[in-house]
Amino acid sequence: MSIKLPFKITFWKVVLLLIWVAGLIAAIVRVTRGLGAATNLSDKFPWGLWVGFDVISGVGLAAGGFTIAAAVYVFHVKRFYPVLKPTILTAFLGYLLVIVGLLFDVGRPDKIYNPLFMGNPHSALFEVAMCVMFYTTVLFFEFSPNIFERLGWGGPKRWIGRVTVPLVILGVILSTMHQSSLGSLFLIVPQKLYVFWYSASLPLFFYVSAIAVGCAMVIFESHLSFRAFGHRLKHDVLTDIGRILLVVLVIYLLMKIYDFYMRGVWSQFFVPRMETWLFWLEVLAGVVAPIILLSVRKIRLSARGLYLAAVCTIAGFLLNRLNVSTTGFVASSGVNYFPSWMEIAITLALVSTGFFIFAMAARYLPIFEHPEANSKAEVASIPKRALDVGALPKS
Amino acid sequence: MTKPKALLIDITKCIGCQACALACKEVNGLPGEEEEELSATAYTVVKEKDGLYYRRLCMHCKEPTCASVCPVGAFEKTPEGAVIYHAHKCIGCRYCMQACPFSIPTYEWKKRAPKVQKCIMCYQRLKEGEIPACAEVCPTGATIFGDREELIQEARKRIKDDPDLYVDHIYGEKEAGGTSVLMLSSVPFESLGFPANLGDRPLPELTWAALKTVPSIAIFGGAILYGVWWIIDRRMELAEYKTKQQDSQSKKKT
Repeated sequence: MSIKLPFKITFWKVVLLLIWVAGLIAAIVRVTRGLGAATNLSDKFPWGLWVGFDVISGVGLAAGGFTIAAAVYVFHVKRFYPVLKPTILTAFLGYLLVIVGLLFDVGRPDKIYNPLFMGNPHSALFEVAMCVMFYTTVLFFEFSPNIFERLGWGGPKRWIGRVTVPLVILGVILSTMHQSSLGSLFLIVPQKLYVFWYSASLPLFFYVSAIAVGCAMVIFESHLSFRAFGHRLKHDVLTDIGRILLVVLVIYLLMKIYDFYMRGVWSQFFVPRMETWLFWLEVLAGVVAPIILLSVRKIRLSARGLYLAAVCTIAGFLLNRLNVSTTGFVASSGVNYFPSWMEIAITLALVSTGFFIFAMAARYLPIFEHPEANSKAEVASIPKRALDVGALPKS
Repeated sequence: MTKPKALLIDITKCIGCQACALACKEVNGLPGEEEEELSATAYTVVKEKDGLYYRRLCMHCKEPTCASVCPVGAFEKTPEGAVIYHAHKCIGCRYCMQACPFSIPTYEWKKRAPKVQKCIMCYQRLKEGEIPACAEVCPTGATIFGDREELIQEARKRIKDDPDLYVDHIYGEKEAGGTSVLMLSSVPFESLGFPANLGDRPLPELTWAALKTVPSIAIFGGAILYGVWWIIDRRMELAEYKTKQQDSQSKKKT
């Protein structure tokens, strides 16, 4: 006799379960025995995977939230509206996970509210902390209409609707501030951070690459949602986002080249050492490859080509953030850091939790509906003309 | 007014007796014996290289990097020159450790409620009119304590009196904007592992150059975005109005 389970066991569900069990064990060790027992961090290497990936990369990956919101509401590119909701959801989830990751990483999570009461305006990290806190709140309000709609609360949904534009502008400003300030974190270590990654323009690089990876994440998650749930988005919308991604990546590459030229670090480019390989991997696979892919019209117009370009961009972005925050410090620290299995387990658990909640929300909340299919009030709030005016010319 | 104080460490006079390191432990209530590297239980260590003994400890920067990067202002530069730490503020982000140009702050990695640890120039003793324990116990005068200006004069005099012994460099006079720990050596400081590429300007200026632009970016950025929204919205409204008028005119004709 076979036992009937309420859900089907699949390969990915087993993987998810294993990651969560490992993450739970790691979390227990971290909480009961401290950072030293759970991580490979040390006095010489105080920042590792949790800062580099969970926090610094996590914030960047959620950058689609402010770029798409700005496009739709400020620049009136209303045809991006269908991707807005899933993007806001990703961003909101992303920031929540960043905060959870931060609670694991800081030594005194019980004092995490201290920056509110004793802030130091000269600290880039203080600015980041404040902006992340306020922007997560903004994202909650930007996302809340979906919950209100599900609950059938007309009132709160209308109230949010009235302040949407100021709210979105606030979100864009807060994002601009902290996405760039994450780069400012490293301005103070010119003699510690390896020459490829230290630059006075780090804030600008962080900002522009965050916009790029925000676009890439929209393409990435749309593709995955389609494969998982069959939520088909208008492909031309994604192609347009691919074109924006191309432009942003080209700007980023030119800025990088100019920066290297001004700093005169060409001679370092072929020194055979770990940093050189990581640097070339980051720039070639993460910037040049997607530029080439997106420049070819045929590839850009194909769903798979677009997806590949997005994956390249995301991988390059992650490598860049990890290089700036961890591997770029290996040489000056004099120690080799590689994360412990517990650091990796918690990071994987956070990422998979993000995927899981996204999947749940996609199933139970009105995320993937086209404006035409939504309530009457919402259709009224998006004038028909707006769906065409301001749109990018068809490629 | 309190004159800024400093420690002067003359590496040529150090015999490596470890008296400073042990006195430091006793005064600050740190457990354990001699240690090789700075740690949460060793605010200073005496190291040896090619027969020379030198100390590592917090340099007590005039414009401390740790104090500038700390999101909660847990570090404070006192008028006496000591850089002290307020544990009740610290959230444990460890940015101070990552940012310190001398890699001085250490962390209580094994504790569940960890603190950052580093030399505080025996601040509790300074307030009572005493001098730091390391300077008090040093048998050879390799570490002395006094007014920073006077110690710089003293260091200059020593270099001038014995130019063959000393390298012509008071480490800490200008490094990263100047520190309240000064050192003299018979070999270049770089060869002892002290960072040599710090420059004369305080490192916090690098962050501030970017951070000071934030308020104007926020205000002007917000205004510009709102303006862009308004202009596009208005143009769309007008376009719609026009279409409607044309519609009604064409209806009239028919």
